[in-house]
Amino acid sequence: MSDSTIELKGSGFTLSVLHLQSSNVAETCQALADKIKQAPQFFKMAPIVINIEKLDGAIIDFTELKQKLADLDVVPVGISGATDKQKSVIKAAGLACLNEAKSPTNKQSSDGPTQVRYERVEVPVEVKVPSYTPSKILRQNLRSGQQIYAKDSDLVIIGMVSNGAEVIADGSIHIYGQLRGRAIAGASGDESARIFCHKLEAELVSINGNYWTSEQLQDSVWGKAGYITLDGDSLSATELEI
Amino acid sequence: MAQIIVVTSGKGGVGKTTSSAAIGTGLALKGFKTVIIDFDIGLRNLDLIMGVERRVVYDFVNLINGDSNITQTLIKDKRVEGLYILPASQTRDKDALTREGVEKVLNDLSEKFDYIICDSPAGIEQGALMALYFADEAIVVTNPEVSSVRDSDRILGILASKSRRSEQGLEPVKEHLLLTRYNPSRVEKGEMLSVEDVSEILAVKLIGVIPESQAVLKASNIGEPVILDEQSDAGQAYLDTIERLLGNKVDYRFLSEEKKGIFKRLFGG
Repeated sequence: MSDSTIELKGSGFTLSVLHLQSSNVAETCQALADKIKQAPQFFKMAPIVINIEKLDGAIIDFTELKQKLADLDVVPVGISGATDKQKSVIKAAGLACLNEAKSPTNKQSSDGPTQVRYERVEVPVEVKVPSYTPSKILRQNLRSGQQIYAKDSDLVIIGMVSNGAEVIADGSIHIYGQLRGRAIAGASGDESARIFCHKLEAELVSINGNYWTSEQLQDSVWGKAGYITLDGDSLSATELEI
Repeated sequence: MAQIIVVTSGKGGVGKTTSSAAIGTGLALKGFKTVIIDFDIGLRNLDLIMGVERRVVYDFVNLINGDSNITQTLIKDKRVEGLYILPASQTRDKDALTREGVEKVLNDLSEKFDYIICDSPAGIEQGALMALYFADEAIVVTNPEVSSVRDSDRILGILASKSRRSEQGLEPVKEHLLLTRYNPSRVEKGEMLSVEDVSEILAVKLIGVIPESQAVLKASNIGEPVILDEQSDAGQAYLDTIERLLGNKVDYRFLSEEKKGIFKRLFGG
């Protein structure tokens, strides 16, 4: 049929639908005329569908309706929501009968089989992939004013951390020497991070933003080998003994 | 090639210039050709301690800028053979020291001397950084009190991270701890940190302990390095320090009150 002069294809359009509330055609058309006056350009030769669902099968004068609508300069495309009985009258009046596509909200059990297509949709979701990052290991003394940050890993220092020095790690911190400066573990929010040191005399220890200054460390493991953990919102210090 | 030794501390007033003068003089007494450079541009003091203030014509900045040559600028010490002083400029500030300028002067001096002692200014700014940048060894002068110890710790950190040797990945600067103004009786009373305390905090090898002594002030005022006062406890402690710097093992003296008491009685402090 490729050599045909015409081609028929289905397509969808958005049309205005006039819902008839009463079988009084004259009254209805007067109401529509008032509406058109508010926006004459919008309705000029506008295609319109008349829905007669609310008439409950009552037969109205469709010929009169068609004529009155034409007088108002709107083009009736057809009638929807008609019963079988009404349909024959409608066709006789020279109007088309339309079957409204049901919207999903008022789907009825009498609907024909519905075809559902499943599509594979890939949605990008940001997931932090746990990957292994080797510990940062330093064999040196960290002096006042020096700062070390181990990003995404543990920090191991074979040496001491002086007053005024700062060691920071996203993971745990291990110091095989005195800790006199500041140690900040779990800097990116790891609450399971710990701080281990050979001699705890820290200015400040912090795990995931919870901190103790040297004052609070005095009565626990001050001057001894120990480690700091975070239990809920509070830190606790434990002596390193096996 | 000369060995470049920086005498530094971070904190001011702990005895850097006194120690530079004593150590430089001590090395010269041992027969090494030594020059002491005053890096404290704008606050020149070394010339006074060395008693050469009336002989300063040109200075370090002149030498860097090429206004004078080494022979014109260096001041020869009249007491000790082979000892020279390179004075700082009093009219300029520390920014007059450029890394290239300092390097050129040190290279030139390096050919003629065995030891170059750099007397660092206090602080951790340009002047102090220039003094320590080219060092092979560092003598960190510390008083037995907490603020001095912390500042020394800071300087040790800078030596380990901002010196030429650290930047070029060479063997690190050899660090020595020199404890000055040590008063054993006050240590015993708990008013002063002990040698052990300071050594433990700084974790640096001790090279000498200089007792607090009347001789130091006297030496400064007469413009004679205290090491030349061989009768004084401080002078002897500096002589011991020189021995240790040269790699000889010498027992520590003046660490306890009792011994100090004897010296006080013998030599009148």
